[in-house]
Amino acid sequence: MQKKERYLYRKPESLTDNITIYCPGCGHGIIHRIIAEVIDELGIREKTIGIAPVGCAVLAYDYFNFDVTEAAHGRPPAVATGIKRCLPDRIVFTYQGDGDLAAIGTAEIIHAAARGENITVIFVNNGVYGMTKGQMAPTTLLGQKTTTTTKGRDPHQHGYPIRVCELLATIEGASYIERTKIDSVPDIIKTKRAIKKGFTYQIENKGFSLIEVLSPCPTNWKKSPSESLEWIKTEMASFFPPGVYKDKGAQG
Amino acid sequence: MDSGRKMVQKRVKRVILSGCEAAAEGAIRAGCRFYAGYPITPQNRFPEYMSERMPEEGGIFIQAESEVSAINMVFGAAVAGIRAMTSSSSPGISLKQEGISYLAGCELPAVIINMNRGGPGLGDVTPSQSDYFQSTRGGGHGDYRTITLAPWNVQEIYDLTYLAFNLADRYRNPALILADGMIAQMLESVKLLPGQKKLPKKRWALTGCKGRRPNSIKSLFLTPGVLETHNWKIASKYQKIIENEQMYNTYMCDDMDILLVSFGTCARICFEAATLARAEGIKAGLFRPITLWPYPSEPLRMAAEKAKKILVVEMNCGQMIDDVKLAVGNNIHIFFYGRPGGGVPTPEEILKEIKRI
Repeated sequence: MQKKERYLYRKPESLTDNITIYCPGCGHGIIHRIIAEVIDELGIREKTIGIAPVGCAVLAYDYFNFDVTEAAHGRPPAVATGIKRCLPDRIVFTYQGDGDLAAIGTAEIIHAAARGENITVIFVNNGVYGMTKGQMAPTTLLGQKTTTTTKGRDPHQHGYPIRVCELLATIEGASYIERTKIDSVPDIIKTKRAIKKGFTYQIENKGFSLIEVLSPCPTNWKKSPSESLEWIKTEMASFFPPGVYKDKGAQG
Repeated sequence: MDSGRKMVQKRVKRVILSGCEAAAEGAIRAGCRFYAGYPITPQNRFPEYMSERMPEEGGIFIQAESEVSAINMVFGAAVAGIRAMTSSSSPGISLKQEGISYLAGCELPAVIINMNRGGPGLGDVTPSQSDYFQSTRGGGHGDYRTITLAPWNVQEIYDLTYLAFNLADRYRNPALILADGMIAQMLESVKLLPGQKKLPKKRWALTGCKGRRPNSIKSLFLTPGVLETHNWKIASKYQKIIENEQMYNTYMCDDMDILLVSFGTCARICFEAATLARAEGIKAGLFRPITLWPYPSEPLRMAAEKAKKILVVEMNCGQMIDDVKLAVGNNIHIFFYGRPGGGVPTPEEILKEIKRI
């Protein structure tokens, strides 16, 4: 009998061959790949529907090899609600940035969580509006320089950053909320574990899950890719501590 | 108010319903299985009725956190290939314009009902036709149009809502019903249509890519020239709608000197005014567009050929009159009588105006 080839590493079926528009050192590529690997491993590619955000990941439908729709800025949780309620046996996830989810779409994410929608949200937090070239985001750290806070974010003028996981963990309808980061290999593995758990919860009808990923944006942070990873570790993670903020599944 | 609902359940063919209930029932019988909305006067009976009827039909009712969310939930349901709708009133419809523009850009079918109230701003809750421009010129950002249907009684809001779903699917474009608080809350007898059994297949819908290549739905076209092509493609679709879907009615127009042009609630009052005028020996007729977009320009031009004067009557400061002028040109005197801000004219008031011109 012919021995079957066993791949140790290859491009997931859930990714297309298209070249991404992402800058060198950007976190989106890693997070896209994690999602694609998870979808492959769970065998759900043919029943998954993704919702792309407005922002750098707006072209996600070119990179994911399954059904993906666009959504207006901030509205992916509402669009996901419409899709999932109509097709409850499909797997529906949103992919959102910090401006999308924590500024213009704050109402949508809070109420999707409150309704306990059985969807998975991948929340990419890089602390800036990437696509529009680096303005202050709702998650920009105090003192952080952006194109609209050139002297650094000042709480008296610009207000404070929002901690999304901590906020959503207070909502009864949310099932699983975790924050991870991707500044090291162990953290990337942890992120994959969290994202897989989010999708698994949806398959098991456990309700709303959100995984926040602290992700580098070297271009707009004006840092090298390696400096960016260091900055996640030292600066971002101290204001946005990684961890499980809510897990109804674990509570039994 | 619940009696109408009970009668509908008993499969009676003719029932007394409010305009809100009739439109909601028409939607359900047309195969609508997803409704998301937000409370606003004067259309609150609409979501209330849907909240009870949708689950009975295996459909989805969601009271959304905002008008913006409601239209985006409808967007999601449309993406999934399900007949979906929302309803609201003027300030709420303004908020929904973002979603309506995306629906048009993504070529997704959906039905939106506007029970027009007085504006601008918070305005009031009384009947108005002040959203004519918003409904017929696109409403949101971008180069697009929405099919706009204007009923003048409860039976017609039932029939037109039913029709709107078929038009929306046929052209993959949002369709609006433009009514007002008068039609929304008035109780009238409605003859019910049987439920639509066979719905069109939607191969473009996102249902999971089993057995086919992945589908995507988008209105973003960054490559130079591609958006221009997309816009021309949509424009050619609009041309087809203009050619095929104009609807209107004429009354007492065979032998007529003064042609009243009016739509919706206001047209119904004009019909009464024209009848009063006829009783006094004044030869008045009425032209009533039912589709406000596409506007029945050519039929209006032909009707106007027989008239000596035209009187446009609207419950606003003069919006549809622009389309009347575009249709008939400058060869005939066009007069206007309007009541903005929730004012509803009486037939006698319009008769006085007919005599004045």
